[in-house]
Amino acid sequence: MTQLGDSHRRFLQTMMGVRIIDELEAKKLYQHCCETYKMHWTADGLDPFIETINLKLQPMFMQVKKGMSEENGHQYYALVNTTETDITRMSSDYADNELELFRKTMDLIVGSERGTASSTDILNSTDTMTSKRMKKSETEHLLTRLVQDKWLCEKRGEYTLSTRCIIEMEPYIRTMYPDQVKMCHICHNVAFQCQICENPTCGIKIHNPCVARYFKGRMEPQCPACNDFWPHEIPEFRGLPSQSKK
Amino acid sequence: MAQRKRLSQHNNTQTASQLKRRSSSSLTQDEDEEATFTQPSTSQVQRGLEKLSQAQVDQKTAEVVQYFLMKDQKKVPVRRAELVKYMVKDYRTIYPEIIKRAARTFEQVFGLKLVEIDPKQHMYILVNNLETPARAGPVECPTNPKTGLLFVVLSVIFMKGGIVKENLIWHTLKKLRVDPGQKHEEFGDVKKVVTDEFVRQKYLEYLRIPHTEPVEYEIRWGPRADLEVSKAKILEFIGQLHEQDPRSWTQQYREAHGTQTPGQASRSSSQR
Repeated sequence: MTQLGDSHRRFLQTMMGVRIIDELEAKKLYQHCCETYKMHWTADGLDPFIETINLKLQPMFMQVKKGMSEENGHQYYALVNTTETDITRMSSDYADNELELFRKTMDLIVGSERGTASSTDILNSTDTMTSKRMKKSETEHLLTRLVQDKWLCEKRGEYTLSTRCIIEMEPYIRTMYPDQVKMCHICHNVAFQCQICENPTCGIKIHNPCVARYFKGRMEPQCPACNDFWPHEIPEFRGLPSQSKK
Repeated sequence: MAQRKRLSQHNNTQTASQLKRRSSSSLTQDEDEEATFTQPSTSQVQRGLEKLSQAQVDQKTAEVVQYFLMKDQKKVPVRRAELVKYMVKDYRTIYPEIIKRAARTFEQVFGLKLVEIDPKQHMYILVNNLETPARAGPVECPTNPKTGLLFVVLSVIFMKGGIVKENLIWHTLKKLRVDPGQKHEEFGDVKKVVTDEFVRQKYLEYLRIPHTEPVEYEIRWGPRADLEVSKAKILEFIGQLHEQDPRSWTQQYREAHGTQTPGQASRSSSQR
């Protein structure tokens, strides 16, 4: 079993600061850390390197987990806590009523068709809060903080769960919403921003980037489960430069 | 059996929210805890360890590590009283062992050093134990804009011999268009940041000058600054500012390069 060196520690310290990085950044960071502390590195060495870190992190109930972004399909690495099966990992940074509103936002997103919640709907949900009421300005300020802290993403007034949120909270989401949560038919992970087969007896879901990859180049896209015509617009496949070699 | 059950309830989900509420409001309660807690002897610790399973000790160590990391993100020091509060009964006896294991974990896994900055109040902070890389990496932790403000304040104090009247700080900041009297776009209440936030984080000390009427205060470096900030780097920065060789300030140069502990020259708070 490999021991930890300063290169592992520097990598981990960076992860603690930024919480999430994409695959390309991770590779560069791995290289930089190894070069700084004079450790040998290889082109395929990132995952074993992270494995070594994870073995030492496990007793601390922390892990560096890999996951896909629903926005661009790229792989990301996130530093997560593995103890909580609740969102209380956020309790050191947010008040109880703020956490309640975050839960409500998550309810809206999970229950939605496109994996989004509008700022209007989120503001309206403050009416049914059981903890201390939040004013409109407070709600808006909270949403800004949640985006800053990388729990939510915002685009044109619509909020989605960030990649970091999905990677870290997947176990919580599966537990809390066992019937509602959508699963991607292609990659088998939880899916929010996805397309759904319109065949009422089928109804499988596929992540937008998974759709792009699966149906790339196909003239007549067919549902992989029921073979019905796939009616949705196929998004353009955005692979990373390193992926084009495959 | 009942005791065991109570202990197992103290999982992170409860602890995190309990601690969060605690640390903001019940300072006097903590002081009571502190007063009644006596450091157990080595033999007491040994006996305490025999009563608990390896898994239980590991779990408690993990909780302490997580708590420290969480507090450290905000640069707030951790007092022994806070830790003692969530180590009940059997765990209290092995408190020194838990701290020892946590310290070892910080060093071996995270490259951080657990330092007791106040032996009387038993206050701890985490300091970076790694050598700062010569070049910046591809991914840098986003620097807090207040770091710049702190750096200026520390520089003024250092150049003036280590302690200054607060008015000098406000005067200097005003010249840099950071007016403590007005709400600043980036820093907000500047006076509060300097005399409260930086003091709580142990970067500065805000001391009342005795026998002054009206009350006057002076400011000096705090223990975290002593550990984290390189005086050599400050002098280098001042040198660049005035376009002079750092050596032209002989007294400060001697202090910056003479009395530091090995490795301190390469450590700087902004690198984390």
